[in-house]
Amino acid sequence: MSATPDEAPEPPVLRPLLPALLALFGIILLLNLISFAFGQAPLTTLRLALAGTWGTPYGIGQVLFKSTPLIFTALAFEIALRSGLFNIGAEGQVALGSLAGGVVGAHLPAGTPWPLAITICVLAAALTGAGVALIPAVMRARLGVHEIISTIMLNRIVEVLLPFLLVTVLGAAALRTVEVVPGAALLKLDAVFPALRGSAASVAFPLAVGLAFGVDALLRRTRRGREMRWIGINAAACRAEGIDVSRRLVQAMLLSGAIAGAAMVATVLGYKGYYELGLGAGAGFTGIAVALLGRGHPLGIVIAALLFGTLQQAGLAVNARVPKEAMDVLAAAVILLVAVANRAAAKPLTQVTPVVAPPAPASEEAAS
Amino acid sequence: MSSIFSLTMVAETLRIAVPYACAAVAGVWAERSGIIQIGLEGILLTSAFVSVAVAVASGSAVLGLVAGVAAGAAFSLFHAVLVERARIDAVVSGIALNLLAFAGTRMSLRGLFGSASNSPSIEAFRFGPTGSRGVDLLARVLLDPVTILAVLATAATPFLLARTRLGLRTRAAGENPAAAAMSGVNVPRVRYTALLISGAICALGGVHLAFDQHRFESGMSNGRGFIALAAVVVSGWRAERAVLACLAFGALEALQIVLQDQANRSAGADLIQLLPYVATLLVLGFAAGRAAAPRGLGKHAD
Repeated sequence: MSATPDEAPEPPVLRPLLPALLALFGIILLLNLISFAFGQAPLTTLRLALAGTWGTPYGIGQVLFKSTPLIFTALAFEIALRSGLFNIGAEGQVALGSLAGGVVGAHLPAGTPWPLAITICVLAAALTGAGVALIPAVMRARLGVHEIISTIMLNRIVEVLLPFLLVTVLGAAALRTVEVVPGAALLKLDAVFPALRGSAASVAFPLAVGLAFGVDALLRRTRRGREMRWIGINAAACRAEGIDVSRRLVQAMLLSGAIAGAAMVATVLGYKGYYELGLGAGAGFTGIAVALLGRGHPLGIVIAALLFGTLQQAGLAVNARVPKEAMDVLAAAVILLVAVANRAAAKPLTQVTPVVAPPAPASEEAAS
Repeated sequence: MSSIFSLTMVAETLRIAVPYACAAVAGVWAERSGIIQIGLEGILLTSAFVSVAVAVASGSAVLGLVAGVAAGAAFSLFHAVLVERARIDAVVSGIALNLLAFAGTRMSLRGLFGSASNSPSIEAFRFGPTGSRGVDLLARVLLDPVTILAVLATAATPFLLARTRLGLRTRAAGENPAAAAMSGVNVPRVRYTALLISGAICALGGVHLAFDQHRFESGMSNGRGFIALAAVVVSGWRAERAVLACLAFGALEALQIVLQDQANRSAGADLIQLLPYVATLLVLGFAAGRAAAPRGLGKHAD
């Protein structure tokens, strides 16, 4: 018999998988409950949802297409979160960025070669997204105004501005911009993989995946990125160390806004070819869920985005029988399930005297 | 100008300010107890929907009111349990609960009423004169039972927080949970109680929102929970000042409606809608940093 008590080591492999498994189980259970409430035989909805998403090449293409903007918005939320900021303004940043990118794309000379056209459009969108984030960023860093409130206010402001800009400033007849020049339109994935024929997936998806790893490298491998992460962990210590905290916070917020604005690649360049009111709506808020689920790992974010893309596409597949909003309910439930499971997985199973106090919530400093 | 300084304007301001004020007072209760609450938006939506659903089903506005308040309290308690017991980040919980409320009410709207946008209309409460003069409007606003309850709740809050044992414990839990726990206060239980009260008061706002429109509309809270939160911050987490901020906000929104009528759809008339949000940002910019949040906000007792 072993002499050391209280060891009972957890199999270490299972721990990180536990939240994912619990979330998956929770989704299936809740989906069945909801479809039962809507008078459907529980398993038919699940079967329908799976068939409409991963069941056909077209479905897979649609899942990729739905996931693409979510990767952008999740990265936007993530990069701010790492610095201890809650940028819940991606909604407005995506919208205004998409509008700007669409307008610029439409006004380029018709023969602009594609590398130039796409770069200019993305830059315009990213700069606009960063511009929307600038106000909350400065208000937070200089005046201490909490970004949750200011970014939400900015969302409302953008919402009012959009129809005004489209109708009064741009003089659009319908609530959309003119088509972008051919050079700015992204290649559809079905040109490379003929099986995906008809789906709206474009090369924006691999671009987004690349960006996920790029952002991760930025946060880990550059000094700027590391300082941002340290600020997220302990801003007071960073200030004592002589790091310019306000400056880094502003930079993190601007970067976050720029990435959110760049989601335009997925909505305008990779899909419609123009901006119309409501295009990309909801991506900002779903991106928060994706980021929270992805847990700060680039691959995690891509997988989480695929999961939520699947949910959205599945919503369309089951919509005739169960409202597609059921999938948003699932999304919210997933955030809670994963958060709870993560806490449970982090807690030691045997309740010995805790040596270290539980980590303070990330928002502690931010809330004051 | 006469339409700006009139009884109609006063009535409109009051009517508009009620949901904001309820949510703001709810925010004060939650955050003074130490729990970060950004889920006010979700409580407004949930309570608005439940009150209408029950009112439609039962034909009774009173039952709708009771059910709406109960739903709001339960929703708020759920947040408290997630934060205090399951120990998840309060901001994460708030974001998720807001999403849940938004999607859940939309789903139920389609499930119960087969519409993606709004419920059938309900009778709600009708008291007071029926005329359209400013006096009649004001009388109707003041005689509305939900408004009266909301006024009572907001008026009682500063007293309850300052003078009663519950209020003292709530503030202790919010200022220094560890010390409160050491002096024998059951911090989680105090916070559950505070969040129950908070949810019920916020729900009054949600019910008011729905009864005022005589129906539920998808996403009808429209950011009010967050604006109320701004009022909480600006007021320095004090209920009476937060209510004043909400009244000022209500006046701005009423002014915006009047101005928009007068601007008569001329170019840029839409931009008047920006007024309340820009004003909120400006006030936040000037006021934030001076008022201190409860020191134990977001901290646990152990």
